[in-house]
Amino acid sequence: MSDIPADLKYTKSHEWVRDNGDGSVTVGITDHAQEALGDIVFVEAPEVGRQVAAAEACAVVESVKAASDIYAPLAGEVLEANAALGDAPELINSSAHAEGWIFRLAPSDASALDALLDAAAYTKVLEQED
Amino acid sequence: MLIHDQSRPGRRASALAPSQAPEPTGIPAQLRRRERPRLPEVSELQVVRHYTRLSQQNFSIDTHFYPLGSCTMKYNPRVCNSLAALPGFAERHPLAPVEYGQGVMACLHDLQEILKAVTGMSAVSLAPAAGAQGELTGVAMIRAYHLARGDHARTEMLIPDAAHGTNPASAVMCGYQAREIPTGPDGDVDVEALRAAVGPQTAGIMLTNPSTVGVFDRNIEEIAGIVHDAGGLLYYDGANLNAILGKVRPGDMGFDVIHMNLHKTFSTPHGGGGPGAGPVGVSARVAPYLPVPMVEREGEGYRWLTEADRPETIGRMTTFGGNMGILLRAYVYARMLGREGMARAADFATLNANYLMARLQQAGFELAYPQRRASHEFIITLKHEAKEYGVTAMDFAKRLLDHGFHAPTTYFPLLVPECLLIEPTETETKESLDGFVEAMIAIRREAQEDPQRVKDAPHTMPRRRLDEVRAARHLDLAWTPQQADEDGDGQ
Repeated sequence: MSDIPADLKYTKSHEWVRDNGDGSVTVGITDHAQEALGDIVFVEAPEVGRQVAAAEACAVVESVKAASDIYAPLAGEVLEANAALGDAPELINSSAHAEGWIFRLAPSDASALDALLDAAAYTKVLEQED
Repeated sequence: MLIHDQSRPGRRASALAPSQAPEPTGIPAQLRRRERPRLPEVSELQVVRHYTRLSQQNFSIDTHFYPLGSCTMKYNPRVCNSLAALPGFAERHPLAPVEYGQGVMACLHDLQEILKAVTGMSAVSLAPAAGAQGELTGVAMIRAYHLARGDHARTEMLIPDAAHGTNPASAVMCGYQAREIPTGPDGDVDVEALRAAVGPQTAGIMLTNPSTVGVFDRNIEEIAGIVHDAGGLLYYDGANLNAILGKVRPGDMGFDVIHMNLHKTFSTPHGGGGPGAGPVGVSARVAPYLPVPMVEREGEGYRWLTEADRPETIGRMTTFGGNMGILLRAYVYARMLGREGMARAADFATLNANYLMARLQQAGFELAYPQRRASHEFIITLKHEAKEYGVTAMDFAKRLLDHGFHAPTTYFPLLVPECLLIEPTETETKESLDGFVEAMIAIRREAQEDPQRVKDAPHTMPRRRLDEVRAARHLDLAWTPQQADEDGDGQ
């Protein structure tokens, strides 16, 4: 069973969201997602300053199997992209929820965070997919 | 070892070429080469051995069962090669006057007519040089059709999520936005989702039928109605035409544009990514936009139709008349099969797929769409094997090589987890299909008893498991002398 930390929020499309408590959130793909994708070879992160809408495709993760869109879990402005992924995209495989983060976002509506899935709800999503 | 690594200064092979090329005229001095090209210096015997060895390392339809789903790896009859290689065809100069090429023109014209008849389209152009180029041509014609009507609002191309990856790529290259339409649990396009997606922005839909999940979309008539009512056109991706050849025609299903992969359905060699041929067929309303040249019969003779005859054409996709050698092979193949033979090819392609599917199911493998009959191909999912034994579809694929079978298509379509897409084609014997099933059973047993053995496969191939991550990140496509100094290991 893949790792589903309790302190994160999740989307049905397998992104995770961490509330940094400073008006920003960090976004990545879940352990389940990296496992399904296989070895990641390339990550295209969104440009800093870009305004994204909720559920908008804003990044691409390419693995030996497929290229997949990453969707913005919340509307907001992109604050930072994880530069380390340029040289080491495999960080997503080895550390999906920490070092393999993809971008930071300033949500335009912080309360939208509450509407995302919690760990229990995301676990259910995975069980249903199975 | 590369042929470059065998190079030693001064080593030569005898050749009939002039030792001193004539001084080129008309090439400006700054464009002329100052150094000799770095060609390998090797003996004739070294060349023969090197390329013979490479050919022996090939895993090909001529040596192995090759059930690569959606690629239709059927036997390429040798007679097609020998006839296409007749000197009158092979040595004809493309700029020779058309009066001296009436034989080849007649073949091309007949091929156009055969493809029209078997697809139910009203006109065909043989110009595109590959399936993907045929797609690009097809979408460009859809665009030309809308623009000629002054309809500039159509910005979206609808593409089911089971589509080939080339479909959205072709749509985007022609300036459209690709919009994904989901597939229902039974493998058919989700008609309600389609209904909700169409509108005045819809340029068309790109469909493969039978689809890449190996089933014939039963709602095609309804789908055609929905898209046409919204003012869009229907594009038929001919990747899976083999299943329906001589049975049902895309034109009768309501399609406006189709591309055909001659290297699949019409049995021309797949080559190493080429050369291909991707003729396109269209309904009457799209016909003015077909790429030139096309061949027309005029009295007792044949002539090229060019821009002068077809002012609304989207233009040329290739120089001269397209990939002539491939078109001729397809022509011979089509003539050999004839109308009845084509239907029989589809019968056996479908029978082989359904036999193999039933046997794998009996052996305990899980089908992705167990409630559906297979068309020419089908999908099994190895998600249980992956979960129970940690042995993935890719591991099965690699181990199959050791058993003497090319792997089926792995991890495509993306909507089925741990999938193998299996297409046996009509040219395999029952024995080779049975052998494949035995190999799958043996690999599963091995996955239970010695999973590491499967995960480390292949064990008997010239190369072990390739490092796909390194290959993707560090593209290494061209030999350079510096590299030879650095590597030194000839790998």
